[in-house]
Amino acid sequence: MSDVTPAIKKRKLNTSESIYLVEVLKGMAITMGHVIKNIIGELKGQSTFDTMEYPEVRKPVNDRFKGAHRLTTRPDGKYKCVACMCCSTACPAKCISIVAGEDADDPIEKFPVRFDIDMLRCIYCGFCVEACPKDAIRMDTRIYEINAFSRQDMIHTRDYMRDLMAGDKPEAEQWYRENPQHSPEGFLGEVPPVIP
Amino acid sequence: MSETMLTVILALVKCVFSLAFVMQIVPLLIWAERKGAAYIQDRPGPNRAHILGVRAGGLIHTLPDVFKLITKEDVVPSHVFRPLWALAPIISMSVALVTFSVVPWGDQILIPAEIAEKYLGTTGPLAVNLQVADIDGGLLYVLAMTSLGVYGIMLAGWSSNNKFSLIGGLRSAAQMVSYELAMGMGVVAMFMTYGTTRLDTIMQIQSESILNWGVLLSPPVGLVAFILFWVSAFAECNRNPFDLPEGEAELVAGYHTEYSSLRFALFFMAEYANMVVASSVTATLFFGGYNIPFVNGAMLREHIDLVLIAIGVGGGVFFLFAASIAFGRRKDPFYAAMEAFKGPRPNKLAPVGGLNGLLYRALHDDTLRQHEWKIFTAIWAGAAAAHFGLIGLGAMNIASGMPLLTEIIVFVTQLNAFVVKVLFGCWMFIWVRWTLPRFRYDQLMDLGWKYMLPIGLVNILLAAVWLLIDANTMRLYAAIP
Repeated sequence: MSDVTPAIKKRKLNTSESIYLVEVLKGMAITMGHVIKNIIGELKGQSTFDTMEYPEVRKPVNDRFKGAHRLTTRPDGKYKCVACMCCSTACPAKCISIVAGEDADDPIEKFPVRFDIDMLRCIYCGFCVEACPKDAIRMDTRIYEINAFSRQDMIHTRDYMRDLMAGDKPEAEQWYRENPQHSPEGFLGEVPPVIP
Repeated sequence: MSETMLTVILALVKCVFSLAFVMQIVPLLIWAERKGAAYIQDRPGPNRAHILGVRAGGLIHTLPDVFKLITKEDVVPSHVFRPLWALAPIISMSVALVTFSVVPWGDQILIPAEIAEKYLGTTGPLAVNLQVADIDGGLLYVLAMTSLGVYGIMLAGWSSNNKFSLIGGLRSAAQMVSYELAMGMGVVAMFMTYGTTRLDTIMQIQSESILNWGVLLSPPVGLVAFILFWVSAFAECNRNPFDLPEGEAELVAGYHTEYSSLRFALFFMAEYANMVVASSVTATLFFGGYNIPFVNGAMLREHIDLVLIAIGVGGGVFFLFAASIAFGRRKDPFYAAMEAFKGPRPNKLAPVGGLNGLLYRALHDDTLRQHEWKIFTAIWAGAAAAHFGLIGLGAMNIASGMPLLTEIIVFVTQLNAFVVKVLFGCWMFIWVRWTLPRFRYDQLMDLGWKYMLPIGLVNILLAAVWLLIDANTMRLYAAIP
């Protein structure tokens, strides 16, 4: 009988609570305190808000965040990918489709003619990255806004994934690393890779 | 100009003024609701829409809101009962606007004889009552009109021919009928104390001294009546602790589920217009309407030079304050933050060339915002210059003795006092909405019938006792016709 959870007992309201008015005024004092705090912050030019102005200001994501996929390249600019199909085999969502081609001028002869990932089907499990023997596919872009106006545009192609990070470094992370005192809780900064 | 013509023209001018008064405050309130809610919840609220970078704290958002509501398709569901369905929002809105007509918004203006005779063709000076309809049963008219308001909501609920709307309409009808009683009881105690239902006379009584203001009259009758009236006003306006008719969790949107476009806008505006009217009636009944505390119209007219100096100094301090804020914010903190954090963005989403790119940049060019402070500083400097210019002009004319100017200054000052009271009342509506949770239906009915109605009855009894024992109050009534 002792393991039966007792029913939640309703606390009896005391006199001032049962009149409502006093409690209402207390609540209003609390909300007005927030308004005054925020107005003063706004006038001083210091934000006191709990929110971020999203499209312009972004919350930096963790170093291990799995964002949109990118294809890495060799120093000579060619794809590291050798079209071995490991990633598409490992993919549980079957969203990677690769067409292999042959490059006669290169000792590494095999390369992807097409490398498409259907981002509408991708579940961001990261198995493709794990399966890749050549470190050719990575999910370290920290891009989480993967959207388009048509289904066709949601299929990320080979060149798109190669150029995804070209020239555009994640500046928020950079800034937070330089100013760690401002970095949000849980932000790890430089994380050593798990597998060297 | 004949007397009749003059009366008609004056009545028209006053009608337009009172309509404009209510309709001007409505968009302001919509802004205050959004911004106030945001600040209460620690978010920035509307701050995006801008005209050439001027966002005016989110005020510009009202323009796209209106534009959106006007250009939306007006959907008429096939299952509604068309005539009543179309009539309902009109009833809601017009009732809200019509109620304001008995509220006096200023002291009597006395146009001096020489001006009135020369330009208006009257014999002798012309006294203008700043009230559209000065009727004997002013307070009763207010009660009658607010009860008509329930028809708009009930008809909308019924003619929408769907269960959610019907339940919303039913709830609303039950709620408004219940709380009308409590409101009536509060008002009965007040007009027993004032001895009249004519709002003009009520205002004259309150003009005598601050101790004659409704809330302070024969304590605690005035205070209790105010609380009853104010709480019922929340219920009558269907505002938050009592907004069961549109309980969105269980009823979609209640009675206005089937409305779209401008018909919905009418309901939406009617809610805010009702708030304005409820606030102004409360201000008139309990808080001395257009009177400034400790200073009534006669004193203003007597010391018009001091009033001018006070307006000049007060305005100067305000403009200095406003300009210092604008100047202190040369760099929009938001813009600074925007520059500091720019996240990775896939390139293909932002169109660069062609008409698309042009449109994208026109709509998303946030760099204009950093010039906002310049525009504001210029506006405030201009306003300050105009302010001091007008004050100086007024001072010169007062010195040479212009009675009409005195009347205008008194009118503007008192109108401002009235507006401040009304706006504070409206802010109370918003403030409470974002503070309190909604009542449950049985709690709502309990509060109305088991608590507020008996309190109202006891209050009437108290008012009667006060009438018997307080000779002072009786003398006051005798003094005013």
